[in-house]
Amino acid sequence: MKTLAERTAAQRPNVALTALLSLAPLAVGVIAAFLLQAVLAPAVGPFYAKLVLDVGIAILLSVSLNIVNGFAGQFSLGHGGFMLVGGYTAAYLTYYGSIALWGTAEIHGGFMEGGDIFFMVACVVGGIVAALAGLLVGLPSLRLRGDYLAIVTLGFGEIMRVVIQRTGDVLPVAEAKQKGMLGSLTNVGGSLGFTDVPQYVSPTPWLEKTGHAGIFFTYIFVAICVVVAFRLKASSNGRALLAVRENEVAAEAMGVVTARAKVTAFVMAAFFAGIAGGLFGHQSTLSPSELGFQKSIDIVIMVVLGGMGSISGAVLAAIVLTLLPEALRNFSQYRMIIYALSLIAIMIARPQGLFGTKEIWETTWWRRLFGRRTKAEAP
Amino acid sequence: MALLEVTDLNVHYGGIHALRGVNFSVAQGEVVTLIGANGAGKTTTLRAISGLIKPSKGTVTFGGKVISGLPAHEIVALGMAHAPEGRGIFANLSVEENLEMGAFLRRDHAAVAQDKEKALALFPRIKERLAQNAGTLSGGEQQMLAIARALLSRPKLLLLDEPSLGLAPQVVALIFKIIRTIAADGTTILLVEQNAFGALKVANTGHVLEVGQLVASGPAAQLATDDKIRKAYLGVH
Repeated sequence: MKTLAERTAAQRPNVALTALLSLAPLAVGVIAAFLLQAVLAPAVGPFYAKLVLDVGIAILLSVSLNIVNGFAGQFSLGHGGFMLVGGYTAAYLTYYGSIALWGTAEIHGGFMEGGDIFFMVACVVGGIVAALAGLLVGLPSLRLRGDYLAIVTLGFGEIMRVVIQRTGDVLPVAEAKQKGMLGSLTNVGGSLGFTDVPQYVSPTPWLEKTGHAGIFFTYIFVAICVVVAFRLKASSNGRALLAVRENEVAAEAMGVVTARAKVTAFVMAAFFAGIAGGLFGHQSTLSPSELGFQKSIDIVIMVVLGGMGSISGAVLAAIVLTLLPEALRNFSQYRMIIYALSLIAIMIARPQGLFGTKEIWETTWWRRLFGRRTKAEAP
Repeated sequence: MALLEVTDLNVHYGGIHALRGVNFSVAQGEVVTLIGANGAGKTTTLRAISGLIKPSKGTVTFGGKVISGLPAHEIVALGMAHAPEGRGIFANLSVEENLEMGAFLRRDHAAVAQDKEKALALFPRIKERLAQNAGTLSGGEQQMLAIARALLSRPKLLLLDEPSLGLAPQVVALIFKIIRTIAADGTTILLVEQNAFGALKVANTGHVLEVGQLVASGPAAQLATDDKIRKAYLGVH
């Protein structure tokens, strides 16, 4: 029999081929995003198309928060704050940037033309600025844990919200032209919200009107985020995060630089939260009160419900928790009570979340239903 | 020259002076044990050596290099592995993932696979449970996993913190037997134990720690027969 070392060496794959194959899930994601936009959205009509959009943003948020709360086990209540930072950065860029570039704050060009590209770049820049904020918030996490960290991250989100509420009104086009981009840096709308942001993320089926492909954009970022999360979980850096969650001292004793691991988790999560903020902000008016404490809690609930560290759990919980309040609309004023009760019921039945720390296909019931037995289980 | 040289090691926890000038050394290929009662500073000594806490004074040299003050991950990279007290396994990771964490800093994957096989040969019970969550193992199995995991960094020096803690006598005997096997394989071991009797049987040299200071040192066999030590630590009257 060959030794394990020889067998491992034999299984080591071709580097170029692996790199190419690793792009396959992304390609699938982009195709799925396109189909959701071009086929599903017109078929279900604007109301349900808007839900598809909301679900996408929720997935982006819960999968990214799962990197901090689920993988690294650092309890963050600041996701709404990162969304706010990214959302306002992106909205500022598209509004004042459009005026500077094209002289108007309207949507520019058709599908995947100048305006769409500019909008997506603005979202990514929003993500980067949010990631920098994540770096700042990640640093105290080196000294704090549990409830204390939660309070610090919560404080960050609230500070961001209050700062935004103190800003001036959004400048109309003529004045914005005159003052230039830097001159209008503090004119993002205050507590009234950022009005007149170009609505690149409208759920309106894009075939009806050019430049409207919000579902497509959203699910491209969802695909990137989900692929990154899975790659991270399978990588040694991701394993280091899980080790920090399980036992910080032991992780350090294994040679994990726990400080760097935790800050990296914060930065990655904040990046995607920032992008989600950008997507969220380009639907209609971006209002600071929508991205406060309550938003952060909503996302934490998704992660906890899905199971700490389970990516598929975070995706499923985001879908369920976005659709549930809509499904309960018939109960009108009792809606939120039923919503809250069902959350409590789920947490009593599954205190570890839907899938615990596992992915859906690693759970015992999934294997029982669809199972090929894995090698490890075979007798 | 000794592999590990601890000179005048002092550690403070806030206002508490936990270690008061500890001196000892561990020679290549030796098994050295630190014994002592609860709160004597045994775990603190190990943590100060492996970089998990910073000593307030004193130096630690490892393989001729001063390592006191270095962060833990750099010390691991130099070839020191620490199996922390209370096992410190990653409960929600599989047994195999736990083992792989031991080789976290290594990039020589083929050699890691070999070491994994070697470690598993030492612990057949772990091998049967590779796919299982580590939290579902029994206490003894978790301890075995913690030792196997530490071995996967291919350490020059293995620090073991109370491997017999909370285990049934039979399992304790098994763990000590395995420690002897690892030592016979050429790994230098620094063993911290409350189970002084068992530890002194495995070790070449022993040191007795009492409220942050070494009060007795000598060949393990000699310590085990010393009347004062027997009375104070071995429960023999």
